[in-house]
Amino acid sequence: MSPSKRYHALTIDEQKCIGCTHCMKVCPTEAIRVSNGLAEIREDRCVDCGHCMRACPVKAIYVEQDDLKKIQTFKYRVVLFPAVMIGQFPEKYTEDQIYAALLKIGFTHVFEVEQPIGILKSSIKDYCRKSPANRPHISTFCPAIVRLIQIRYPSLTENLIRRKAPHDLGAHFAISELKKQGAKDEEIGLFYVTPCNAKISSVKSPVGEKESIVDGIINMNDLYNRVMKAIDTKEAPDTSSQRQNLTRDGILWSLTRGEARHFGERSMAIDGIHNVIRFLERLENEEVPDIDFLELRACDQSCAGGIMMTGNRFLTVERLEHRARRYAPAWKLQNTPAIKASKELKQKLIADQIISKPAFSLDPDRERALEKMNRAQRIICFLPGIDCGACGAPNCQALAEDMVSGNAKMSDCVFLQQMWENEGKISTSKAFRNVEKKWGELRFQADCNKRGKRNEGF
Amino acid sequence: MNLEFNIEGGNFSRAGHASSEVKKMLKQLGIDARCIKSIVIALYEGEVNVVAHAYEGRILVKMEPHKITTEIMDKGPGIADIELAMQEGYSTASKAVREMGFGAGMGLANMKKNTDELTIESTVGEGTTVKMVNYF
Repeated sequence: MSPSKRYHALTIDEQKCIGCTHCMKVCPTEAIRVSNGLAEIREDRCVDCGHCMRACPVKAIYVEQDDLKKIQTFKYRVVLFPAVMIGQFPEKYTEDQIYAALLKIGFTHVFEVEQPIGILKSSIKDYCRKSPANRPHISTFCPAIVRLIQIRYPSLTENLIRRKAPHDLGAHFAISELKKQGAKDEEIGLFYVTPCNAKISSVKSPVGEKESIVDGIINMNDLYNRVMKAIDTKEAPDTSSQRQNLTRDGILWSLTRGEARHFGERSMAIDGIHNVIRFLERLENEEVPDIDFLELRACDQSCAGGIMMTGNRFLTVERLEHRARRYAPAWKLQNTPAIKASKELKQKLIADQIISKPAFSLDPDRERALEKMNRAQRIICFLPGIDCGACGAPNCQALAEDMVSGNAKMSDCVFLQQMWENEGKISTSKAFRNVEKKWGELRFQADCNKRGKRNEGF
Repeated sequence: MNLEFNIEGGNFSRAGHASSEVKKMLKQLGIDARCIKSIVIALYEGEVNVVAHAYEGRILVKMEPHKITTEIMDKGPGIADIELAMQEGYSTASKAVREMGFGAGMGLANMKKNTDELTIESTVGEGTTVKMVNYF
């Protein structure tokens, strides 16, 4: 039912990684450990939120993308991008100029994925009306949040709305529009421009659907640079025909409250994965009042704060809000041919049920898990409790859990080592070798230009 | 595996601490999500009851391979009529507590719904002990 192996967009460049603790400390699922002077990502726990990438002072965490040359093999070369992309360009560049630049780069058709959003909106409304038992309904817009719920809040997977994301809407819409112009399936190449790595993973190995229909992925920061090279402020082409189905609601969809404003009598929007976690903890305990709809996004300011966005997130929001005012709300486009012929499209937006994949159990056997938990609890008594990270685990509790699972040793804790040295239980040179092994020789060499110094990451 | 938590009467900002801790551990044991949910809801109700009505309290949690036993003991006014208190909608919560969104009179009923065994012992003027058992 689920894809055999999950695709992860994040990769650590071993040449660049200096084995510091920044990524490990910000990871919301404690998925990162440092050993032999390098960070490692535990795949079963990674939700692709990209917080590690943001925190890395030496840019050692990167995201793969498809080669843009791949587009040349198709007759109809479609660029699909979320409306949020427009928001990161300085105001002096018009929409028309940005569209023109995309065509110059080699695409033949430009589609913002949120058109026609009315179809997705009514599909979500249908779902919420028909499944009142699964309230509060949780949006599946942000793939990092969907994965977070799968691994950490399995009891809430039932609350996830079984509808696909705007990029699916955009892709299906683009295909149906091009087919009307006589295009054949194999002639159409769809390339999705992503504001974040979570969307890459969701396109490459989608949750709640069999396979993705997109032919390639392009990172938004990469495309931004290409557009900036190709854009011409003197030109004033008219590309508005490609935006006929774009609406105010569509432009605002990926921003905070972009969905929440449309659904339920009582809805909430929460952005920032750490804020989301605090809320989901409460929701799971039924400590929250009656809520109909929850919009949860991993990034601060939602997609405007996406890891692959170039512009300042607040300026991006401002430009998009300003832009949205010029467009009609979705309901005004109800009678356009695109919406009227949307029955088939609507059917394609239904996703399979999302299954939970709990990733925090200590052992598949319960008695052994309990035994491990007992041991971890005893180990904790000996650890300093300051969560310094010098052991290569994000905090003392995580180290204790790694120890009982056989992935760490008591001597990984520098405090315990010092104590043992003082008590004459281990030699100074042995203690030094232990630390050197964990962090690598380079950490002990004097180097005034050491990478990863304070402020480098900001 | 035994755990112990203290509850401070009247401090609503700390209510939920014990249930969150217990929840984290149950997830590490690989307990079924629905089962965890019931336990956590019952425990949270218990915590709020102590915070709302009593002066101080203590929670003892005992985890075994096939069940979890939770005992919530408090020093407080006690419950005069336990059967009445178990009824949905019955509450002795003060106006101040109700204004904070608690005290709807669903607490004990909700705890019963979410546990396999529930026993309540109470002495008026001294305190209440609630014992809950959930089987995995």
